[in-house]
Amino acid sequence: MTSPATLRAAGASDNEPGAANPSRGRRAGGRRPRSSRRRGEGRAAWLLLTPWTAGALLLTIGPAAVSLYLSFTDYNLFDPPHWIGLRNYTAMFTRDPRYWDAVRVTARYVVLVVPIKLALALAVALLLNRKRRGQGFYRSAFYAPSLLGASVAVALVWRALFSTGGTVDHLLSDIGIHTGGWIDQPQYALYTLVLLGAWQFGAPMVIFLAGLKQIPGDLYEAAAIDGAGPIRRFWSVTVPMLSPVLLFNLVLETIHAFQAFTGAFIVSSGRGGPGDSTLFYTLYLYQRGFTDFRMGYASAMAWVLLLALGALTLVLFGTARRWVFYAGQERA
Amino acid sequence: MTAEPAVSQRPSAPRRSTRTGTGPAARTRKSVLWHASAIAALLILLYPVGWLISASFKPADEVLANLSLLPHHATADGYRQVFSGVAGYSVWHYFGNSLLVSAGAVAGNVLSCSLAAYAFARLHFRGRGPLFGFVIATIMLPQHAVLIPQYILFQKMGLVNTFWPLILPKFLAVDAFFVFLMVQFIRTLPRELDEAATLDGCGPLRVFRHIILPLLRPALITTAILTFIWTWNDFLSQLVYLNDASKFTVPLALQIFIDQTGQSAYGPMLALSVLALVPIGLFFLAFQRFLLEGAAGSGLKG
Repeated sequence: MTSPATLRAAGASDNEPGAANPSRGRRAGGRRPRSSRRRGEGRAAWLLLTPWTAGALLLTIGPAAVSLYLSFTDYNLFDPPHWIGLRNYTAMFTRDPRYWDAVRVTARYVVLVVPIKLALALAVALLLNRKRRGQGFYRSAFYAPSLLGASVAVALVWRALFSTGGTVDHLLSDIGIHTGGWIDQPQYALYTLVLLGAWQFGAPMVIFLAGLKQIPGDLYEAAAIDGAGPIRRFWSVTVPMLSPVLLFNLVLETIHAFQAFTGAFIVSSGRGGPGDSTLFYTLYLYQRGFTDFRMGYASAMAWVLLLALGALTLVLFGTARRWVFYAGQERA
Repeated sequence: MTAEPAVSQRPSAPRRSTRTGTGPAARTRKSVLWHASAIAALLILLYPVGWLISASFKPADEVLANLSLLPHHATADGYRQVFSGVAGYSVWHYFGNSLLVSAGAVAGNVLSCSLAAYAFARLHFRGRGPLFGFVIATIMLPQHAVLIPQYILFQKMGLVNTFWPLILPKFLAVDAFFVFLMVQFIRTLPRELDEAATLDGCGPLRVFRHIILPLLRPALITTAILTFIWTWNDFLSQLVYLNDASKFTVPLALQIFIDQTGQSAYGPMLALSVLALVPIGLFFLAFQRFLLEGAAGSGLKG
């Protein structure tokens, strides 16, 4: 295994022809007019951006526009789309109880999983932010669930652990709490998915750790000299200094949580049950589009999701002015 | 857990000056306590993984009933069944499909995202600012918002139930996150290098090929690893686009088991689950530094 340092060194030696003699280069370059170089750059940029542009037009902007159009139609993929105006939206909002089930389930999930996940991430980051032997090992080990957790394999494990007679049922029964299998009961099923989501706290943890490393030690020293105890130091130094990172994690994890799909699909066998208690918005959208082939309806759902997420992101950034603190050296 | 990033963690601070009134004994005690709590947290956290590995060697009637991580009667029956085939195909068939999709996605992302990132990070062209804003906005774009029209597009092209819908978008730099990651990385490289090369007569394309690309290697590796793992784990798009067992990837093969209720299905299901996680585990062990740096770098180098 080569370390990044050796890779960088190898990379640096590769450019020696270009970098060897900057002073000579500077003189030679004076001959070329700046504007023509700029024009050449523009052409080269568009050449390099060809794949990206094609992707943005064909797979992002185009589809977003098409999906807006389809949301006003009745379309089953086989017959041509049939314009029905706002009927998909009115049906969704007024006549489809499962739609509101999906909204409620998703909202509950997001409100539960994001704070739990971020709290775990911050707690473990604080634990790991000390000079101790084996720090690298611990960091990797705590990060591992982030990579595994999105898989079908781990979702299947969760299904077994929380089924009737599974480990969780066993352990709780031993201490006198008889819940039965969580995945079979509407009042508990969502919590299995919350735990699965929170289990993957590694990514925000790593970002918190990087943020903690940037807080200058003198701030803690000064606070300690002023008589601030550990808890006071946490709230008056760590939290404000970390708030930009907290905002970043909050926005990212919120958007991420709205898109959770695999766990709900596997745990409920694709049905969102029991009693629609795990019917994530994404899962209902999938069912409408790919099980019922109601592509117009699903497109309307997709647009509502897009607008809701956009609005939520703006609100989060809007509140940031009140609680996010940008120190001078933040962008070091 | 107390919230006190101690004064002593400044890298420059000498070890002795930890805190007033603590001798070496107290420090050892603290260190032991720290390791004990970290290990205890890890054991709880990684229990599901341990459970999976151990359960995959348990006979079906023990899977739920035996809470211990040690099987009473260890058996490899689950593995034997998996290797004798799943849903009419050999297990290697599914791994081959997953590998093909993941490798295609890696090639696509590394190539297309690095080209776009160089243009955004270094070249001047009209509209660069707004277009890069668009890149950042699409990082947050939910996949579901464009899933249906994308599906219709690929369906009209006759590409449903092929691997193209899973690979082609990667060659068009659709994963904006990696474009962003590489732009951030290129911005940290000294501009003097490409300026010198430009003055020596290199055009932008040669600067990219000979200066930027070699230096970009750590970011390319991070991109490759993350793309591989994410594609390997990806479920939704494979579920949508692949509908015939001949094209199934590992996650889809696993998903077959959720409809088979009853204990007999546990053995092969758990065995295949373990096998599905092995590549991720190996990648993780081999490249953890790149992964963690990538995860941290994405957030903070802005």
